Amino acid sequence: MMELLQTIQQMGQGLLGAAWLPVWTVVKILAIVLPIMGSVAYLTLAERKILGWMQVRPGPVPANSSKFLFLAAPVLALAPALAAWAVIPFDDGMVLADVNAGLLYILAMTSLGVYGIIIAGWASNSKYAFIGALRSSAQIVSYELAMGFALVCVLLAAQSMNMGDIVRGQQSQYGLFGWYFIPLFPMFVVYFIAGVAETNRAPFDLAEDESAIVAGFHTEYSGMGFALFFLAEYANMILISALTSVMFLGGWLSPVPFLPDSLIWLLAKMSLFLFLFLWFRATFPRYRYDQLMRLGWKVFIPLTLVWVAVVAAWMQTPLWLW
Amino acid sequence: MNLESLVFYLFAAISVFAALRVITVRNPVYAALFLVLAFFSMAGIWLLLEAEFLAITLVLVYVGAVMVLFLFVVMMLDVDLVQLREGFWRWFPVGALVAAVMVFEMVMVLGARQTSETGANLAKHAADYSNTKELGRLVYTDYVYPFELAAVLLLVAIVAAIALTLRRRKGVKSQDVAQQVAARREDNVRLVQMPAEKKVPTAANQESEKT
Repeated sequence: MMELLQTIQQMGQGLLGAAWLPVWTVVKILAIVLPIMGSVAYLTLAERKILGWMQVRPGPVPANSSKFLFLAAPVLALAPALAAWAVIPFDDGMVLADVNAGLLYILAMTSLGVYGIIIAGWASNSKYAFIGALRSSAQIVSYELAMGFALVCVLLAAQSMNMGDIVRGQQSQYGLFGWYFIPLFPMFVVYFIAGVAETNRAPFDLAEDESAIVAGFHTEYSGMGFALFFLAEYANMILISALTSVMFLGGWLSPVPFLPDSLIWLLAKMSLFLFLFLWFRATFPRYRYDQLMRLGWKVFIPLTLVWVAVVAAWMQTPLWLW
Repeated sequence: MNLESLVFYLFAAISVFAALRVITVRNPVYAALFLVLAFFSMAGIWLLLEAEFLAITLVLVYVGAVMVLFLFVVMMLDVDLVQLREGFWRWFPVGALVAAVMVFEMVMVLGARQTSETGANLAKHAADYSNTKELGRLVYTDYVYPFELAAVLLLVAIVAAIALTLRRRKGVKSQDVAQQVAARREDNVRLVQMPAEKKVPTAANQESEKT
């Protein structure tokens, strides 16, 4: 050990000369301070743990719950949110899996995220978590229908379920006037609002309504389990932004004909939608649950059903320009 | 054994295991979750058969919606396992008979097809072949009447299910959202024009200033 230090010192002296002494001193200081900082982090954790054991507080995994499902639920919440990214085209040809049924795959993956929530609520063996899980799954199942019908309109317009072909279908010499948000404007609005509801974000965050049910389905989670739920929520937000950009705002296409198409446009569109997510949270008060269900079933679903028929009829006429 | 058959046996083993666990596991919530696993691995097998539309629809409809509602109900019910196990041997002959009939039907259906296409190694489709398009064309041209009939049946079933469970309870204090949305400001608030200050007689005013 001492020999190694000696050789390092000799090498440094040869390399830096007079400047070696302050550098070597700083290195020695860091060698002492960094382990102290690291130990502080673990010491605080050990303090809580040891106090907990001594006072017989068993900790965050609730008694009488199914431990396997309790630990699997956060993973089940995050995995579909990441898996759906496989078919998102970032640029022309820049896609992990260029499959023909991309749109269906997206629908299937976004509908699976609910399992993480419902299993978390059940395995927590807690009233608040269970009510949160029931609220959330009823909400996600309801808004999925409106999202699905909005995507049927995109499918009709693009005549393809391949995500790359959907973007290429929006290419025209008029820039942003070729994008689907113009003929499908009501669907564009419905899709994004349903996306906000699907990700359990404000003003539709009834699943974690802190003034009524503590923290909803993740009340009993802490540490990495909670972090995974957090990651899943934000990954889903980014996913919904990317999907809305690809389906309705032309993905990587440039809004004006004289600028080149590139990934930067997609990122800019996604940033716009992510900003909207945060803006909604700052602006709107939380919905009441019956209002939420009414909006989904009595407003969005009839509207999307009518628009599917309108688009299908419109496409048979020469007035369809897209 | 190539990769494809390896994947097939993996999915097949998982689905057989999951299907067995559905009927052997004690907790009904676990049974529902094993059924989800069985659906999932069946979807994998269908993907291997290049039936991507059916595979993804299976995941979307059964895993994504139907099983969520199943889980919903099963989690909220307090299922008594002892009561469920009661009378197992009494109903066993009926169950066995139904199972035998189902196996017989499956053999009839699948066996008939086997004879006409035995050994014919079905050719792989080109990369641009769309299972979805093919299925859509068949359903909306050759089989349009059976398809519409099935749709009408489903609609009747939905209406009947709602009609059976719909009941109006008296004395419920739930809000009528339509009425709330339709409410206008004029219904609840009346704006009254009035002067901002009261006119006080000048004489009294001067007196108050003096004191």
